[in-house]
Amino acid sequence: MADTMTLKPTEFGATPEELARQRKRDRRADKLSTFFLLLPYMLLFSTFIIIPVLVSMLLSFTYYDLIQPPKLADLYGMYNYVMLITQDENFLKYVIPNTIKYSVIVGPGGYLLSFIMAWMLSQIQATPRKWISLALYTPSMVGGVFISVVWRTMFSGDNNGYINSILLKQGFIDEAIQFLQSPEYLLNIMIFVTLWGSMGIGFLAMLAGLLNVDKTLYEAALVDGIKNRFQEIIYITIPQMKPQMLFGAVMAIVGAFNSGYIGVALSGANPTPQYSGQLIINHIDDYGFIRYEMGYAAAISVVLLVVVFIFSRVAYALFGEKD
Amino acid sequence: MSIKAMNVNPKKFDRTQLKFYAILVPLAVFMIMPVVYIFSQALKPLDELFMFPPRFFVQKPTLKNFSDLFRAASSTGVPMMRYLVNSILVTVTAIFATIVITTSTGYALSKKTFKAKKALFSINQTALMFVAVAVAIPRYLIIDAIGLNDTFWVHIIPYLAMPVGLFLVKQFIDQVPDELIEAAKIDGANDLNIIFKIIIPLIKPALATVSILTFQMIWNSTESSNIYIITETKKTFAFYLTTLTANQAVSIAGAGMAAAAGLIMFLPNLVIFVVMQSRVMDTMSHSGIK
Repeated sequence: MADTMTLKPTEFGATPEELARQRKRDRRADKLSTFFLLLPYMLLFSTFIIIPVLVSMLLSFTYYDLIQPPKLADLYGMYNYVMLITQDENFLKYVIPNTIKYSVIVGPGGYLLSFIMAWMLSQIQATPRKWISLALYTPSMVGGVFISVVWRTMFSGDNNGYINSILLKQGFIDEAIQFLQSPEYLLNIMIFVTLWGSMGIGFLAMLAGLLNVDKTLYEAALVDGIKNRFQEIIYITIPQMKPQMLFGAVMAIVGAFNSGYIGVALSGANPTPQYSGQLIINHIDDYGFIRYEMGYAAAISVVLLVVVFIFSRVAYALFGEKD
Repeated sequence: MSIKAMNVNPKKFDRTQLKFYAILVPLAVFMIMPVVYIFSQALKPLDELFMFPPRFFVQKPTLKNFSDLFRAASSTGVPMMRYLVNSILVTVTAIFATIVITTSTGYALSKKTFKAKKALFSINQTALMFVAVAVAIPRYLIIDAIGLNDTFWVHIIPYLAMPVGLFLVKQFIDQVPDELIEAAKIDGANDLNIIFKIIIPLIKPALATVSILTFQMIWNSTESSNIYIITETKKTFAFYLTTLTANQAVSIAGAGMAAAAGLIMFLPNLVIFVVMQSRVMDTMSHSGIK
């Protein structure tokens, strides 16, 4: 480190003006250094996160097919939005109800499940906890390839599919069910598979939070008249780990909306059979990358971003620290 | 009714824990069943893959699926190893770049004073809920405009700004005492010295976590190969595997190969996580959003 030493005027030799000037120079150097430290991330962050969001918003008011330059959509640019909420039958009839059902079960449902698991895990010994939490976390890191290989063979529509062969053997059904192609099953299977993989870093954060709660608080609470486990969770545990609860909630929400490709991965088609597993994400892809109606697709993505934002605000209102 | 205080992180086993084990153990087994299944499937010889009724566990394990996979070339004649090498290069580069970028930014956000500091951190915190797939289209237009299309960098650069990573790293750097940094400054260290000699060694758990998250994102991603890469030899392993699984419906023989491929994809994730699990948990105790 010695070679990077800069000569500084000693208190003895320097006049007050020199010292002040030196300090000013140091501050400027520090500012510059801070700027360069921030620069790479900020550039990347703006280019791939901020600007895309802004471009989405702008495009949503236009008609754009990638060939001709975007032009302002009819109805003062509101055409796409008006179409979306009045004319797009698939959106209203399938995409919205599917997305609501899927994201409510997978988001809050998966979150609750993660919390309960973490809560139970926090009350067993360290070594088994390590292995069981590994088992619960494992599905969240398997990735798309794994999902299509494993779950497509599990739910495969011919006699060779595991679920089918078990049901056939037990005599519950007479012929194989086309699980992944039939509207009655696809969405439920998607929910099941996503829940299976939902114990990700939010789950780990909540587990860590639970383990950090001060033990003496629980004993004190008992003296104060806490009567059962439920009261204990509501009055002690959750307030003590609010920050982790919030992190977990945000991760759960994002996970729920990010995992939308699963329906397409499972059924192998976009749109999914009779739109049964069509989520808002797939609808964006359908219009954007298949029909090249970029303006319309952008309008749908703006709606999605707004929905995610609202969900997150709810989480903040529940667990955020008010200041 | 009176209860005993909740016994967090017990040292010893007692009977009250039994009820938790009774729920957790079967659930854990259930959760890893598909993982066990893919091992079993990958080791199955052809006749067992065809067998009816199908069996969960392999009877006569063989490595034939793996050797088939390694010998297979995609329809365009690119050997599998090429995709694998691409994936490894891309993933390793991305991990190093992410670590450097998030640490320097996290350090500035945590230890420096400047006007926009609070605003920048709260923007990043809002971006935690960013759903990248929602803006796939403008991202495509931007990447096209910058000229990243069909280059190697398109696998890496768009994914380097990771709000969750920055968030975790910044929270962790907050734990590093300011005195340590002041002392180093008096010794004449500049910011880069401080980052590499003090911050990085002290926040290893957070960096381990960020590495795992980056690894999972880049290694498993097919998006960049799918959308941005035209040249077959620049595509990644995950993409190659999706081409195999897409053909799975056509040939059952492909099912064994696809399972072997799925296993190869998945194993590095598992190994890295197992090695770093305690560090991840350490990071997570500082993950709270205030």
